[in-house]
Amino acid sequence: MTSSARGVGARLPRLLALVPYLLARPGIRIEDAAADFGVSAKQLRKDLELLWMCGLPGYGPGDLIDLSFEGDTVTVTYDAGMRRPLRLTGGEATALLVALRALAETPGVLDADAVRRAIAKIEAAAGQAQPAGVVVDAGLREARRTAETRRVVQEALNAQRAVRMQYYTASKDRMSERVVDPMRLLVVEGRSYLEAWCRRAEDVRLFRVDRIDEIEVLAEPARPPEDAQPHDVSAGLFAPSPEQPTATLVLAPDARWVAEYYSCEELEELEGGRLRVAMRYGDESWMVRLVLGLGGDAVVEEPAELAGKVRERAAAALELAAAAQLAQ
Amino acid sequence: MSTARAERLVNLVLALLSTRQYLTAERIRAIVPGYADAPSDEAFFRMFERDKMELRELGIPMETGRNSPFDTVDGYRIARRDYELGEIELAPDEAAAVGLAVRLWDSPELTGQAQAALVKLRAAGVEVDQQVPAPVQPRVRADAAFGPMLSAVQQGRAVRFEYRRSGSPERMTRTVEPWGVVSWRGRWYLVGHDRDRDAPRCFRLSRVQGKVTPFGPAGAVKRPDGVNLLDFVAASHEPEFDAPASKARLWVADGKAAGIRRRARVIGRRTVAGIEGDEIERNVYYLDGMAKWIAGYGPDVLVLEPDVLAKAVHERLSALAHPGGDRR
Repeated sequence: MTSSARGVGARLPRLLALVPYLLARPGIRIEDAAADFGVSAKQLRKDLELLWMCGLPGYGPGDLIDLSFEGDTVTVTYDAGMRRPLRLTGGEATALLVALRALAETPGVLDADAVRRAIAKIEAAAGQAQPAGVVVDAGLREARRTAETRRVVQEALNAQRAVRMQYYTASKDRMSERVVDPMRLLVVEGRSYLEAWCRRAEDVRLFRVDRIDEIEVLAEPARPPEDAQPHDVSAGLFAPSPEQPTATLVLAPDARWVAEYYSCEELEELEGGRLRVAMRYGDESWMVRLVLGLGGDAVVEEPAELAGKVRERAAAALELAAAAQLAQ
Repeated sequence: MSTARAERLVNLVLALLSTRQYLTAERIRAIVPGYADAPSDEAFFRMFERDKMELRELGIPMETGRNSPFDTVDGYRIARRDYELGEIELAPDEAAAVGLAVRLWDSPELTGQAQAALVKLRAAGVEVDQQVPAPVQPRVRADAAFGPMLSAVQQGRAVRFEYRRSGSPERMTRTVEPWGVVSWRGRWYLVGHDRDRDAPRCFRLSRVQGKVTPFGPAGAVKRPDGVNLLDFVAASHEPEFDAPASKARLWVADGKAAGIRRRARVIGRRTVAGIEGDEIERNVYYLDGMAKWIAGYGPDVLVLEPDVLAKAVHERLSALAHPGGDRR
């Protein structure tokens, strides 16, 4: 897949699309056109000035692209034969159609039928560029119980109602009851997340649907505050923040999955198939639980306090088990 | 891109689109504004080669040929039917699906490609409002190997790549005749015939290391009839959820281990080493996973039954409390 947006700059594709775009919209405001192309009005005016100098061989007054400006609007009066946009490249058709197929397969998408109609039309227009050899499934990895919870969440979203739920926060290992105003359901790497305004935290929060234990759709409408902003998820859901502490771990082969599952920086391959990684963590008690659970397959090298806490907790647990055995 | 170059390229496209005759490089030099500035033949040909490359990268189909058998060099033209995007009209609900699909990729490169497709659809007259709220949004993951693998599938070429299994540092070179790229439960897989094992296999794209090298002639790889790629990937995986369960009896200290208490049944009160707590019963699906999870809670949870689970937890904790001791 070659990238047309990168490397050659986005200006030429925009210039080639601009004339047909304007032909379809006589008298459009320059500002509106600029917004559709994702550029400033100033840049769009520069593009129009450039196109005005272009045309067909001969390059006389009747051969050049002609535009008429009225107030802050523009109309194409001569297109010099550039009436249609360039066809989609293989990369463009793939990017658009694969995302549409994922959308069509996702349960609960309001108008799956409209998505399928859009796919058929774009495939037809893309012709040979349409992506063969790609298959997309429903994209969810969830137990039956989670699927039921997800359906309730979707029902609340569709009806635009608030929900009351029992939610398990894994980082703090705590259950809490919350009333939230649902905003959207995100499906990321097979898991679904409810993004909602949490009335308790007074903030927008992401809730993993498989950690919602009880859920009830309330009669009252969902009313997230006007200024409640959805998270920017374009760089992934959990971008580790630089303020979080970092642990250095050595993972035995049986624990190498940790490096794949959590976002870790791989530092060094060691003998015996072990791997040294740097991993950021938000909550220390969560990290202690993770390392305890790995039972010696992960060794904490840094920070020393974390290593100490893990040892202490392990020793205390063994002591408790020994005491319980004695008591029997 | 400089203004002069952008202008020259737009003029070149217009000239090649408007001609039925093939235009030789010399002819183009004479008529398309900008080329006359080249100080020498060599400078002109360098310039012209770069421009042709740029247009090809954008996906502009340039034909080469001669107008008559007496011509000594090839000329160029652009066939309008190959250049132009087909007719397309989208209903508002279809356009809304497209507007959403563009925002689903977890990758700047694929988001860029989808945006480029959107620019062309808009230029074809389609109105797409990207502000439409969307309650359900599947995020589409993009592994680095996705693009190269897909283009190998589409070209029918074999590929060679380095692959790392989860629990092992070893990188193995794999040689595969690729049949298709599959998104299953939020992850991408390549399905194809593994030449080294002489059997069909699937490979998780996130585990492909480094470059994917296609080799051999295009069209050499044929997908056998009757293979359902999605079923193949699904069959290659253990069921993750809803496995048959056995029961475990645990002691949980008061106010601790909320995660363990979830979905458990309290069967009584119990004091262990002077600490009050609940006796609970819980389903166990995978003994190893359960042992890992319980060990994470250290002295807050004690396994009462079954013995095999208690031993598994003990083993993990011992390895941490006495590192270097009875490690496996």
